[in-house]
Amino acid sequence: MLFEYILQLADNQLILAQRLSELCGHGPALEQDIAITNISLDLIGQSRLLFQYAGKLDEQHRNEDQLAFLRPEKEYRNLLLVEQPNRDFAHVVLRQYLFDEFNFLNYSGLTNSKDEELAAIATKSLMEVKYHLRFSKNWVLRLGDGTAISHRKMQDALNNLWMYAGEMFEKTAIERDLVKAGIAVDVEQLMPTWKESVMSTLKEATLNIPEGGWYQSGGKKGVHSEHLGHLLAEMQFMQRAYPNLTW
Amino acid sequence: MDEKELLNRFQAQIDAEIKIEPKDWMPDAYRQTLIRQMSQHAHSEIVGMLPEGNWVTRAPTLKRKAILLAKIQDEAGHGLYLYSATETLGISRQEMIDALHEGRAKYSSVFNYPTLNWADIGAIGWLVDGAAIMNQVALMRTSYGPYSRAMIRICKEESFHQRQGFDILYTLSRGSDEQKAMAQDALNRWWWPSMMMFGPHDSESTHSQQSTKWKIKRKSNDELRQDFVDNSVQQVKVLGLTLPDPDLKWNEERQHYDYGPIDWEEFWAVVKGRGPCNRERIAARKKAYDDGEWVREAALAYAKKKKAKEVLA
Repeated sequence: MLFEYILQLADNQLILAQRLSELCGHGPALEQDIAITNISLDLIGQSRLLFQYAGKLDEQHRNEDQLAFLRPEKEYRNLLLVEQPNRDFAHVVLRQYLFDEFNFLNYSGLTNSKDEELAAIATKSLMEVKYHLRFSKNWVLRLGDGTAISHRKMQDALNNLWMYAGEMFEKTAIERDLVKAGIAVDVEQLMPTWKESVMSTLKEATLNIPEGGWYQSGGKKGVHSEHLGHLLAEMQFMQRAYPNLTW
Repeated sequence: MDEKELLNRFQAQIDAEIKIEPKDWMPDAYRQTLIRQMSQHAHSEIVGMLPEGNWVTRAPTLKRKAILLAKIQDEAGHGLYLYSATETLGISRQEMIDALHEGRAKYSSVFNYPTLNWADIGAIGWLVDGAAIMNQVALMRTSYGPYSRAMIRICKEESFHQRQGFDILYTLSRGSDEQKAMAQDALNRWWWPSMMMFGPHDSESTHSQQSTKWKIKRKSNDELRQDFVDNSVQQVKVLGLTLPDPDLKWNEERQHYDYGPIDWEEFWAVVKGRGPCNRERIAARKKAYDDGEWVREAALAYAKKKKAKEVLA
């Protein structure tokens, strides 16, 4: 049970890191290229800590790479939001911002987890996520309230991505039990704080939340968008093509 | 002071191993040579991110992915650092980037070769970074202060890059037959382009003589190439792989390894834009730059708005 919960946390970091790594060498300016790579690197590091911990609890004794690279698509438990493609820099920044606000609150909660190892990983990761949040928030403000073009692109990104935000606050059955045990964070409870921060940023960025609310979910249950399969095909390629080797 | 006297003092400063600094008088040709060489060096770092970036999303393990990303990030940092150092000579980053995109500025030709299998990442680290280090170690003593200091900083990170490349090949060379074949295939394709990185033979090199007198260049192309060959022959033994040159042989008299003829026709074809990936590399750089235009403009507009608000407040 704890195993599944940790995988879910790890998958979010891994899949977003993979998306960001696609941009390495292709950023809008060198400074942003470096910053995005940095965030990607942090998230890979966080996912490794989590996969290593999950591996210790795994009945099949899989190592970090077997867990990261050798599961079928429906066993990945990441949010739909983080697997969304890098349509343009506006989508990259907004996806990052919506997730960072959540990741920050979630890790903050986990620092008080009764599971000491999880609490330690959260404490370490939180330092990094604070920086990610500062970066993505500043870019939401800059681009939202920059030029007419940047404003339009950011509003488009918000219109496209907003419907995936709600899934962050859906509690699975496993989470329910782990919350009771004092191990997991109750994501439902994070929503008001998250919304308050996000609303305030979007307002300052002169962006409007699209009508119709948020209604896409499935990632946490293993039902993904069409995008994840392609991401995994690329990411898993070496491990699938040349199994059981040391690299 | 007339030009001749200035020139004499300048040369005396160089002969005394005193670094030339941005505000010092320098002959225009010295300035232009440095702008050409340093911006070329910066461009090489940036274009060099692309062949390796080609494998980031397919790196075989999380650890390798992280190391590769960190390495490419270092290169972006080196590029940034070198652009800044070049700006001390009175040219802007924008002008340098325009020159790259318009084909007026060059970058190391080796990055016009494709990365076709995972072992290429190892070969680039070991051979391409290895060759670059030879050059850069010599440049730590170059006469222009900002360039020399940039090289000292960059060399520290480059030796880590070379080690990670060697480590990839070492792991593959102890792996399955397929992995060994990957490693050998990568060496076969990267050895000669790496040898060409040192440029034409000394007898053919157009910029060498003046650059040596001005101590921009501290070792000749052929001297550096020989060092590279001698080192590589030793290291490849550890890997149990073969360098693709049947003429490699220890020469007792010279106390160096002899090597076979370099295909200069291929070298010049790639330099002149007819290599396997020249067009793709520049197209990728231009695309990133063009796609980023609205982002850079928005950042400027936002900064201006912020400033105006502060003034009002």
